[in-house]
This record gives sequence, structure tokens and C-alpha cells, in this order.
Amino acid sequence: MEIVGSYRARIQTESVSTLPLYRSAPSLEVRLEDFELYAMDRLRVLKIISDGLSRGKKPDEMEKLVDNLWKDNMRHPDSSEVINKDIISHFVLRLVYCRTEDLRKWFLSMETALFRYRFRLVSSEAQRALMANFDLPCKAVSSAEFENLSDKLKEVARSIAPNAKSTPTADAIFYKVPFEEVPELIAGRRVYIHKGYAYVAMNQVVSLLVTQFRSILSKALILTNRKWTSTIREQEKDRLTPIVEALCTSYLGPDYSQPKEFGEISVKDLDQISKNSFPLCMRHLFDKLREDHHLKHGGRMQLGLFLKGVGLKLEDALAFWKAEFSQKVGAERFDKEYAYSIRHNYGREGKRTDYTPYSCQKIISLTPGVGDHHGCPYRHFSDENLRAALDRMGVGSRAVEDVMDKVRNRHYQLACTLTFEAVHNSQCDAGINHPNQYFSDSQKILQSKQYCGIKSGNLAALETVMPVVLSEVREAWELVVCNHWYSHGNVETSASGSSKRARTPGNGVQVPSCLVDGCTADLSKCRDYHRRHKVCELHSKTPIVTIRGQEQRFCQQCSR
Amino acid sequence: MTIEEAENGRDDMLIDGPDRVNSIPDGFNANYLKVYYGRLFPHVDIFKWMCYGNDGKHPACDKSYFGRREFSFTLDNDIYLRFQSFNSASELESSIREKCPFKIDIGPVYSVDPAKRHAYAQGGDNVFAPVERELVFDIDITDYDDVRYCCSGADVCLECWPLMTVAIKVIDTALRDDFGFNHILWVYSGRRGVHCWVCDGKARRLTNEQRGAIADYFRVYKGNENSNKKGNENSNKKVSLMGPLHPFLARSYTEVLMPFFEGNLLSSQNILSTEERYEKILSMIPDESVTSELRGKWQGRSSNSKEDINVHRWGQLKHMLQSGKQKGQGLRCVHEIVFTYTYPRLDMEVSKHMNHLLKAPFCVHPKTGRVCIPIDPENCEDFDPTAVPTLSELLQELNTGVIGADVDDEWDKTSFGKSVRFFRSSFLQPLLKSCKEEMETSYNAKLQQTKNNLSW
Repeated sequence: MEIVGSYRARIQTESVSTLPLYRSAPSLEVRLEDFELYAMDRLRVLKIISDGLSRGKKPDEMEKLVDNLWKDNMRHPDSSEVINKDIISHFVLRLVYCRTEDLRKWFLSMETALFRYRFRLVSSEAQRALMANFDLPCKAVSSAEFENLSDKLKEVARSIAPNAKSTPTADAIFYKVPFEEVPELIAGRRVYIHKGYAYVAMNQVVSLLVTQFRSILSKALILTNRKWTSTIREQEKDRLTPIVEALCTSYLGPDYSQPKEFGEISVKDLDQISKNSFPLCMRHLFDKLREDHHLKHGGRMQLGLFLKGVGLKLEDALAFWKAEFSQKVGAERFDKEYAYSIRHNYGREGKRTDYTPYSCQKIISLTPGVGDHHGCPYRHFSDENLRAALDRMGVGSRAVEDVMDKVRNRHYQLACTLTFEAVHNSQCDAGINHPNQYFSDSQKILQSKQYCGIKSGNLAALETVMPVVLSEVREAWELVVCNHWYSHGNVETSASGSSKRARTPGNGVQVPSCLVDGCTADLSKCRDYHRRHKVCELHSKTPIVTIRGQEQRFCQQCSR
Repeated sequence: MTIEEAENGRDDMLIDGPDRVNSIPDGFNANYLKVYYGRLFPHVDIFKWMCYGNDGKHPACDKSYFGRREFSFTLDNDIYLRFQSFNSASELESSIREKCPFKIDIGPVYSVDPAKRHAYAQGGDNVFAPVERELVFDIDITDYDDVRYCCSGADVCLECWPLMTVAIKVIDTALRDDFGFNHILWVYSGRRGVHCWVCDGKARRLTNEQRGAIADYFRVYKGNENSNKKGNENSNKKVSLMGPLHPFLARSYTEVLMPFFEGNLLSSQNILSTEERYEKILSMIPDESVTSELRGKWQGRSSNSKEDINVHRWGQLKHMLQSGKQKGQGLRCVHEIVFTYTYPRLDMEVSKHMNHLLKAPFCVHPKTGRVCIPIDPENCEDFDPTAVPTLSELLQELNTGVIGADVDDEWDKTSFGKSVRFFRSSFLQPLLKSCKEEMETSYNAKLQQTKNNLSW
């Protein structure tokens, strides 16, 4: 970005409203700190919007949320700089989020949501000015045409808001647009359409603008990506690139594509851990599979990918699904018709993508049909069925009422969080955003409980309760027993510490290398174990090594 | 094992056949299919259709268009060949004849030739992506299992097929009147359902989001197994309608669903005849007083009037609901019952994404041996799935018929000929005509533009 003297004057005349459309990158001079700070501020806004949406907040709640968020995060001591901060932060984040399909998708939907709620907050005059700025393919419906259609338009208005008194009158403005321009109104049957044209009321115009905004931004992101990969990344290698690359990883959270925290699980443990640590959606699928020996495609995908994330290896997954399905369709048909898709999920067939497990947001948005068992139980079950299912999970009756209350308000993830808390008898402050997160949080809690069990010397009994995590527990246990010179706190902190360590190689910024002084062994080709502990194979077996000047030895029992 | 041997095995089993020379045993095998692809399958028509006018001599033709279309073949033993592409009608035809696929699926038109997608993969980001695809719908009778009592699973009979007819009418009308589409092809899927191909240029260029929106526009039915378990009271709702109906639903209700429900389905499926069945409907009524009164009237008493018991009971139910204190709620409840039993149930995923494959028309269903022939939406009530020609019937017709000189029109001698003629006259020809017009106008517009640019 460079300085162009005249720009500042122009930007102020252009933006009568306070809502810019981000058509072209500003030619402004930006200080490097601001570059990062502004972006962080905006990212905070987007992140909270994303949380709000995934918790199923209603439009008016979102409107309030966005209003407050914006005021809190995007203010600037110099009032003339506010709009610049808005524009600069947007374009910085474009750079950050243009780089992969997933990043683009997330950024696109959050920016679009932000735009939508900000648009609803500006004055109707500013709204009209904004409309004029878009090259909208619409024209106002003439009064003659309105007369012909008024019955239908009233019918639509009644079907949207049955209790509203006001129905469209002749002076109401309607816009006639190709139906393709207002997909969200079509999807909700909130407009009248005839011969390919949708008749959009003035108060629905935001949908029209949002679609435009979204498609313009979507195209721009792809262009930015091209520019990024072809020139910017290399040019800015020392200055902007590190900032940009660090920014996105700080917020997206893990995608659970690789089971990291609990290693592998085996088929025989599945029954036990499904009872202890599966969220309701997965437990239901699992139980149904055991009961019917069959699941339809949606269910196979949802459960299969989850199990992959939990740590079921491909061979075990095939064995597991085959054991169930062959009881219903026979082993031969399983091999012919179903094995492919399981290998496909693991990236061994077709385009060989390693698919990621479904997140809560995705599961909630699914539309299960007849005979399907996938989807989010809190959203798709009837009242009675959900109650019965919660009862089977061991949720107390009072907690069930709390859960049902969240469900009625369509806070499905909060309902799941409450279930988690009731089942595990402990807090879950972060909320549940991913079935695999439910699983790993649950395992963490069970592990720490188990540790208490070990202290009372009940190791044998434990083995039968929780076969999966036992190796982990044993490791933790040995931490305490093992006599060496590395001091550490209690097991709980070391457990959470190890999970954090395990995640770091994933964000791509750190290149794993051996920690031993003077050792330059490249660990990127080593086994996971060595990478995780940042020690090369040679030094893991050397009796005495120096790390930061201190003489140490790698303990192979506790991996320190 | 060679095909001949397979044939011989078949023949041996049919020794009691009265006329072995002329009767062709029922069923489906690679040999029959070879003959079918060789002599009947309308390769050229499929090619013409998939070209959308781009095979002409007009300067605006996109010569690469057909070659970027994905076909995929399912061979014997479920060998699946994806990303097949062809550059001409003869290439398509010879590949089909040679591979003799049990099923041919049609995918989207991609940005580059799908057979060479790996060559482009190195080129950078996302070059290989679908760019055009017909808007497609798939409706399966198996999705209606909870509301039909005559068959279940993949079976279809003349009692439950009318549900498909209703689906065709509702969707077809909305596609034409609401969305303004003109070139719509309905095809029998060969066993248990129907497919719909919307082929207007506008439809082919819809984004995934827009496709999803259209699918949602049609979605009323929200049921899955878990939101509805038998025996649960007051929760038996698969269809949830808020307040008054949207004009599209209102029109479908008065013009198609209600007449069909009252005039046909009630008695043909005996919806209210037994306790188990009427309890299912009663559980959809939230008002306890209404349900208990109706239950009292219906229990253990067979209707003594001559009127059909279902019609009689439905009349009582409607009367109770609509004369109650809360008329609006009662009416909504009637709506919900009728929609639950009759409204089309789409397989949403098929319609939502451009890259979904769908079986090509004129394929032969391997299980039934029936040909996937087009259905005329205007006379869809006359369509009889049990009368659809099967592969063996067709071959028999071919054998008994006089082998004509005109090979191209060989299928005119078969019952299959009617279907092909229908495909050409009411779908393909109008489609190609409008493709030509569209091409002409866009070309002229472009020409005008460059002229203007020059004059500047």
C-alpha cells in the first residue's frame, strides 16, 4: 500500500453512509502495527459473529450483537480514521483469508453476515444510497402490475407474518428481480415468484444486497488469492507474509482431521467409549447402527468421519462397518457397495481428499429425510424422543428441562453443552462446537477422574472401565513415579500441556527440529513421536544431551 | 465365462418354454444390453441434447462444450468409471457399445475436459470445477414408505404410483409458472421413482447456493425417523406449516393435493380404515378433545352407510376440525395431514450440488430390465410403470418385426419408438430451437458491443 495524497479526500465524499462496499483496495499508508492491530480487531468481531450464528441466535439478537461488537472493537480515537480502519482491516483480512477454500468460505460468510446486520442498522436514507451503489438488476414494480399481483403479494405477506396487521398497500415499494438474485428469500418461501421473477418488498431488500455483496467479495477473494500466490507472498516474505500467516491460525481452531490427543482406538473399545464420551448425535447413530446393522449415506458420513477423528484407523473402520453391515446385507455386498466410501472418507479413493469430520454447524444445517438418523438430535428430534434420549444418556430431570429450554430457543449447541455438563458433572466453558471436541473434552475429564482412581490403587478395576485411555493414564502415572530431573506439576496440567504441544506442529509456522543444541536434524520426515517431542531419533537414545546449556537425558517412559 | 455360455445356461433353464426361438426370456444381461445399445439406444439424440446447440456451425458455438461433460459408466460387477468424456457423437456411441455399461450417469460440464483433469491439477488452484449442470430432481417412492400401505421399499404398484404423478404435477407447475423454466424433461427412473431434468440455459448456470434455494422452496417435509416414532402422541408431525400458506403451496393444495387426497388416496390406501392407521392421523391433531371424540366415534364400529369408510371418517374429521373453536388451527391441521400424505418428497442432496450424477434417460434398470423412458408431465396420470417396455420385450419386438431397410428408424417398430418420438418432439426440438435463439442474441449483443468499442 502506498500513499496517494488525494485519496483521503475522495474516500470521505464517497462514503456518505458509514458502510463501505470495499470495491477496491485503498491506496493508503498503513503503519505495520496498525496493519496487524486493525486486523485483529476485525477478526474479533468476525469470530464472535461466527459464534453467535452457530449458537442459533435470532436476527434481532444478532443485530444487537453486531452493533455492540462493532462499537467496541472498531472505534478509533480519531473519528475520521474510523472508516479507514474499517476498510484497511477488511483488506488485510482478505489477504489472510484468501489462501484456501476453507478460509475463504469462512471469511465470506462472516463478512456477509457483518454486512447484513450493519446494513439493517443504518438509516433508510443510507440504505437507499447503498442500493444505488450496487448495480442492481431490479426495477420497482409499477402500480398497474402491483394491482394485478396484490392478492398474491398479500398472501405471501400473511404467510410470513400471520399476525401482522399491515398488508402491502399500493404505495408499498416492490422490486422485481430475477429469482436467482434472492436465493435466501426463495429458500424460505418469503417472496412471491412468477415466471422467473421474484417480487421483493422494500424491507427484504437487504437479502438482495447481501447476495450481491457476497458474490462480489467471493470473486475478489479468488483474485486476491491469485495475486497472493503469484507475487505478494514472495515480495513480502520478510514483512507481511509472517503476519498474514499467523493471523488466521490464531482463530480457526482445530478441524479434528487428525486424531491427535488420544492416539488410536480399537473396535472393541468402541461400545464403551460411545457410552462415555460420544455426543448424543454420534451415540444415536452408533446405537442405531448396532440395532439395525445399517445406516443410510448421511449417517455413514457423519459417524464415519467422527470415528476417524476419534482415532479409528482405516483397517479398523472397515472391520467395524463390515461387522455391522454384513449382518444385514452380507459381506460380499458390503465389500462391493460400502467399503469404497469408507476408504474414500480416509482419502484412499477418488480424489483422495482426507475429509474432515463434520462440525456442529454442519450437522445442524443437515436435512435428514425418512429413515435417516444423522443430523443434530437437539434440532431434528421431537420433544419426546429427545427427552427419552437424554434420559438414556443419564441426564437428570432438572438438567433435561434446561436442555429442552435451550432447544426451544433453538440454541442447539448450548443444549449439547448443557448435556455435556450434566453427563460429566463438570463445567464446559468453551461450549461445544464440534462432536470431536465433545469427545476429547469428555476424555480429558474422564482421564483426570481416572487418575484419582489410580491414586486409590484401583488400577485393575480401571482397566475394565476405560481401556482406551489407559495407556495415556499410565503415561501420566509414570510421570509421577518416574524418577528423573525434570520437575513438573500435577498430572492435569501436564495432560493439557501435552495436548497443546501436540497441536503446534499443525499450524505450519514452526518447523519441527530437534531441541538438542547443535542438532539440525530435520524432523519433518521423522515419526510423529519424535516430532511431537522435538527430539531426533539419535538424541532420544543418547544418555546425555545438552539443551540450552543444560545436561539432560530424554526419558523414554515419560517422553521428556 | 463368456457371454455365450451365460446365454446357454439361461436357455437350458427354459426348456419348457413353448416357443424357444421367438420368446426371449425375461431378465437382464450383458448380451441383451449389447443389442439394445447397438440397435435402439438413441445415442445421437443424447449427444444433440448434451450439446445444447454447440455442435452447429454458428460462430458463437463452443466446440469444447460437449467434450467437457462428464459421463460415468457402471460396468458389470459394479466397476465404476468416472470422468469419461467424448468429443463427438460417434465417440460416445462407440464407447457405449464397446463398454456396454449397465448404467450411464450424466454429470456436469466442467471447466476443462474431465478426462484430462489431472493434467490441469498442477496448473494452480481450482481450475477443474463444474461450470454448468442441469437442475435435477430425484423423487423415490421409497421415501413415502410411511404413508403407503400397498407396497414398501423398492416395490411400486398402481395403487401408490399416483403419488409420483402428484409429485410431477406439483413440481412441474412450479418450475414452469414460478421459476419460468420451459425445457423440462421427466424420466421414469426404471424402478421406483422419477427424475427431472431442467435444461434451460438459466437453470444450467445456477450456482450451488441457488440450487439449494430452489430445493428448499420445494421442501415442506421435514421428517426423519426420530422426529416421529409411532405411538408418540402429539408429535407425529412431519410437515409443519406456519400460518397461512404461501401462494405456491396454496395452489398446489387446491389444484392437486386436496383433490387427489380426497378423490383417490383416501380409499385406495385405506388411510382411515383400521385403528393403527387412523391413530396415526389422530396423533397429528393437537386438540385432545377432537381426537378423543373422533376415537369414540370410530372405535369398534364399522360404518353402516354405503359410503366408503375412509371417506366417511375423513368427512367427520374435517367437520370437527373446521367447526371447532380455533378454526385457523383446525384448517392448518387439515393442511398438515394432506401435505404429509401427498406432498412430493424430494431427495434434496441431488438437486443442491452441481456435481451430482444422475442416470441418463433411456438407460435400462438392471434389476427390473425396464427402460428409463420420458414421462409426459401433461398426461402423467396415464403413465403406467408396469407397462414400461422391458429389455426382453423390446428385443422380442425387434425380432418379430420386419427388419427394415432404414436402420435409423428401427425403433419406430417397437413400443419404445413412441418414447423416442416424444423425447424428440416435445423436449429436444424446442430445446435446440431456443438454444439457437439464445446463441444468436448473445452473439449479436457481443457483436454490437465490439462495434461500439471500435467506434470509440
